[in-house]
Amino acid sequence: MKLKLATMALAGVMAAGPVMADLVFPSLSYRTGPFAAGGIPFADGYADYFTLLNERDGGIAGVPARVVECETGYNTEKGVECYESTKGEGSLVYQPLSTGITYQLIPKASADGIPVHSMGYGRTSASNGKVFEWVFNYPTNYWNGASIAVKHILNENAGDVAGKKIALLYHNSAYGKEPIRTLEELSGKHGYELLLLPVDSPGQEQKSQWLQIRRERPDYVLFWGWGVMNQVAVQEAANIRYPMNNFIGIWWSGSENDVLPAGDGADGYRALQFHNLGTDFPLFDDIQKYVVDAGKAAGAGDQIGTVLYNRGLYAAMLAAEAARKAQEIHGVAEITSAMMRDGMEALEITEARMAEIGLPNFGPTFSVSCENHGGQGPAAISEWDADTKTWTLVSDFMDPDTEVVNALIMEDSMAYASENNIAERCN
Amino acid sequence: MFYREAGDFKTSYVQDAQTFPIAFDRWRYYFVLAVAFLVIPFVINDYWANAVLLPFLIYAIAAIGLNILTGYCGQVSLGTGGFMAVGAYACYKLMTGFDIYLMGADGEWVRYALPPINIFFSVILAGLVTAFVGVLFGLPSLRIKGFYLAVATLAAQFFLVWLFNKWAWSYNYSASGQINAPTRSMFGIEVTGPTTEPWAAYMFCLVFVVALAWLARNLTRGSVGRRWMAIRDMDIAAEIIGVNPLTAKLSAFAVSSFFVGVAGALFFAVYLGAVEVGEAFGIQKSFLVLFMIIIGGLGSIFGSFAGAAFMVLMPVLLKNVLVGTLGWPTDLAAHIEFIIVGALIVVFLIAEPHGLAQLWRLAKEKLRLWPFPY
Amino acid sequence: MPDQLLFAMEVTLNGLMAGVLYSLVALGFVLIFKASGIFNYAQGVMALFAALTLVGIMDGQVPFSHLINAVFGTEIHHFGWHVPALLAIAFTMVFMVAFAWLVNHFVLRHLVNQEPIILFMATIGLAYFLEGFGDIMWGSDIKKLDVGLPQGLNVWIDETTFNAFGYGFFIDNLDIVATVIAALLVTALVVFSQYTKQGRALRAVADDHQAALSVGISLNYIWVLVWSVAGFVALVAGIMWGAKSGVQFSLSLIALKALPVLMLGGFTSIPGAIVGGLIIGVGEKLFEFAIGPLLGGATENWFAYVLALVFLVFRPQGLFGEKIIERV
Repeated sequence: MKLKLATMALAGVMAAGPVMADLVFPSLSYRTGPFAAGGIPFADGYADYFTLLNERDGGIAGVPARVVECETGYNTEKGVECYESTKGEGSLVYQPLSTGITYQLIPKASADGIPVHSMGYGRTSASNGKVFEWVFNYPTNYWNGASIAVKHILNENAGDVAGKKIALLYHNSAYGKEPIRTLEELSGKHGYELLLLPVDSPGQEQKSQWLQIRRERPDYVLFWGWGVMNQVAVQEAANIRYPMNNFIGIWWSGSENDVLPAGDGADGYRALQFHNLGTDFPLFDDIQKYVVDAGKAAGAGDQIGTVLYNRGLYAAMLAAEAARKAQEIHGVAEITSAMMRDGMEALEITEARMAEIGLPNFGPTFSVSCENHGGQGPAAISEWDADTKTWTLVSDFMDPDTEVVNALIMEDSMAYASENNIAERCN
Repeated sequence: MFYREAGDFKTSYVQDAQTFPIAFDRWRYYFVLAVAFLVIPFVINDYWANAVLLPFLIYAIAAIGLNILTGYCGQVSLGTGGFMAVGAYACYKLMTGFDIYLMGADGEWVRYALPPINIFFSVILAGLVTAFVGVLFGLPSLRIKGFYLAVATLAAQFFLVWLFNKWAWSYNYSASGQINAPTRSMFGIEVTGPTTEPWAAYMFCLVFVVALAWLARNLTRGSVGRRWMAIRDMDIAAEIIGVNPLTAKLSAFAVSSFFVGVAGALFFAVYLGAVEVGEAFGIQKSFLVLFMIIIGGLGSIFGSFAGAAFMVLMPVLLKNVLVGTLGWPTDLAAHIEFIIVGALIVVFLIAEPHGLAQLWRLAKEKLRLWPFPY
Repeated sequence: MPDQLLFAMEVTLNGLMAGVLYSLVALGFVLIFKASGIFNYAQGVMALFAALTLVGIMDGQVPFSHLINAVFGTEIHHFGWHVPALLAIAFTMVFMVAFAWLVNHFVLRHLVNQEPIILFMATIGLAYFLEGFGDIMWGSDIKKLDVGLPQGLNVWIDETTFNAFGYGFFIDNLDIVATVIAALLVTALVVFSQYTKQGRALRAVADDHQAALSVGISLNYIWVLVWSVAGFVALVAGIMWGAKSGVQFSLSLIALKALPVLMLGGFTSIPGAIVGGLIIGVGEKLFEFAIGPLLGGATENWFAYVLALVFLVFRPQGLFGEKIIERV
């Protein structure tokens, strides 16, 4: 009880009033802890894009953007602390970046009126805008991912997977269990056999699971891994000489970090992606010119062009576009978080707009609406080339099986709505 | 000078046996309570509640619970995280309501839908459920001792986390496996859910903290506590002088788990509002609470508070100084935070191996004589 | 032979190999506990730190580069040289010895004669410190560790067993290497502690600190020695596990795999660590193979502890632990 009083003095310092002269984009990054290798490039990309907008265009419609970074270490409690300490600064949108923190912020941010954008993670059923007013998860989510992975398998097998065996190797947590329902539904529809292989966190020891894969010889292995589990799984797959082309990871299991430690063995490993890869876009020239050469790159500046850097960049681009949209709708330059939400709800990413930004064909085209906070959910398949050490997209952006996925989304979001007495919107 | 017995005459045994025998100390205690109950609720805001005070109060309960087991009864446990999970999930089931099956008169199973229970009683019942589970996992302590027992309680930790991850009934079959605390109120004031006022959540936890700390203090200085301490100091000797190790050890496990279970329930329902078992109640949590009681001081209620304050406030304070005031990059600050916390732990231990509570005791001794050397 | 039996044999063999890897981590704990009664929580972080240092030296990384760049605004990352693996291992050992000396000089020396739980706590402080320090020194990205160890399916075993049973067993080459290294390591440790002067002094200290001091053995020297040896064991464990997953923060979590091994084998016995590791490895793999599917899988983490717990109920001091004699 004593120490509490001693730190009271600090309250004055921290409670300094917000200044609303800029657009605040908090970045709940994790540059430390067990998942740091995934958090650093994302945070760098997120920050660099806004730096570029500020340096090149003077911000978004003349208002400078300010990225407030707060270190969570992928820890939910620290995430709460970060949220509480940054929300008073006029934060426009939160990217919680961890499943735990996302679930944490969904009710909190909804009550505070700040939108949450969980891009390709978090609560899948949040794409039902009728229930989740403040939560967005465009362009895609895990259930779409699972459906697209199955679609890719269908494509490879001329539309017939009856009798095939598909294994799901997953992180034994809320995140890893996400695709199970979808895959079960799809298994009923397409007649493949589903084999579930959970791996307990952290996942350094996966011999049992890979021995089982070697014994049962599934035709495909889908993979929902995170952290050290990714590197070990890719290594073990190479060890048992599993055909890497049939080993397909979710987007959080498909970065350079995950495949580099396994060396040549990882060649041909595939992963889903919802944005494009590499630096072959005009915008990267600008980043080099305005950000890197000016010495303003975030972090060590050595992550540019990696998969997760591009994902951070893509998240920042979507946030900036939504802010632009919000400015258009409301006719003011200095928007609030409520206006930002309107902007996100009216967001439309077209081919022309992406080309205009300098990122032609960087992501799928999609549009958000009041009912649909998840976009159309497209994703593509990428493949790792161990010789050139690059990921490249090997398919177009494919649409998921909305019939199956939407039914599941409705079911889960309705359960949430009734549990929390939420009335449907958009009617 | 400040802490003096002079002029403070005790005229009855009750007075002699009170928790704070020195008048100044007693008044200071009442002052802290008054500030906690009458001042803080009016000045508290979201940041202070969610980032500092709630975790501090809840960890203090968990630390007192573990201190009863480890500090008073000498049974090192690393299952705290698992027991907190039991409290959290039990609280969730109780506050959302569930079905129970009872054998009817005709030998058929009859289903009764148990209605949601008031949040206050949910938390207490969750503590009782945890106490039961704690006793189950405490049974090996009758054979296994010391670090071996510590590692044995890890079995509880890993098993319970795995169980709540697997057992769909425990999270009401939600698609994600997460549990979310719905809005619940006491006397018409919301204490859980997203729209809870910070002062309400704070007061709700504070009531539990004060009541449980009072309970712990009085348990540990009564005959129960003496039995625990006898077991801690030497269990064979204790057995010879007539302490039943079975009841002493198991009662310590039960009481300790009750505290930890209440902490887990509050941690989930009031503080976080949504948890996933592996992330919120993993092995790290067990270690964290153990660190708290060792840094604070084993076998001391004040030490539990001091330890919880150190482990909760230190990182927040360092972060605010390094990032907020000095403007360092967040990752460097986080690394240096680790270095400083680690170094501080070592420095504290070298300066005073018996924790912050002992430092506090020494400071009080000094203050009693101050400004005179003897 | 029926398929299930073959599968069980394969699982058992792999369990034995996995057990060896657990033992490698457990050995470090045993060494320090035996010589000083300290339960060294930092052992896992030491493995991480050793592996980070090894990779850093091999790749010619500039230590503290991130800090230096942040403070001075420079852009340095690499010295631009590559050190051969063996030389780098030698350099890393110098580091670990220096670390042992520092730990002894600044921490342990001041905590002589304290209760075990206090010493345990000090190692927790050490773990925190080392975690932050290692990250600041070498960065938190995932590094590829390539000291030239073979990895992947052993073709010879695969073919031989296929010809014999009609089903090729999978054995990882890395596991075979680990087994050989573990055998060498244990032999070396046994020879060292039985036949050298320092080894005898070490055993004397383990038996009784005060008696050892009174016959003129320097406690400081022995502690530095034993922490250096534990540092070496940590380096070996770090290399083995790092080869599987790359060198990254999670390496520090391998300590959790070693705890049930310690429990089972006893905190004070080197053979115990090996046998315990083998039992845990086989036990958890077989359980996952036979019972796991019924329970929904991912049982290994807790089963290792439950298995150890069952053993402990019958032998409270662990399989090879010294018999606990209690007197009033």
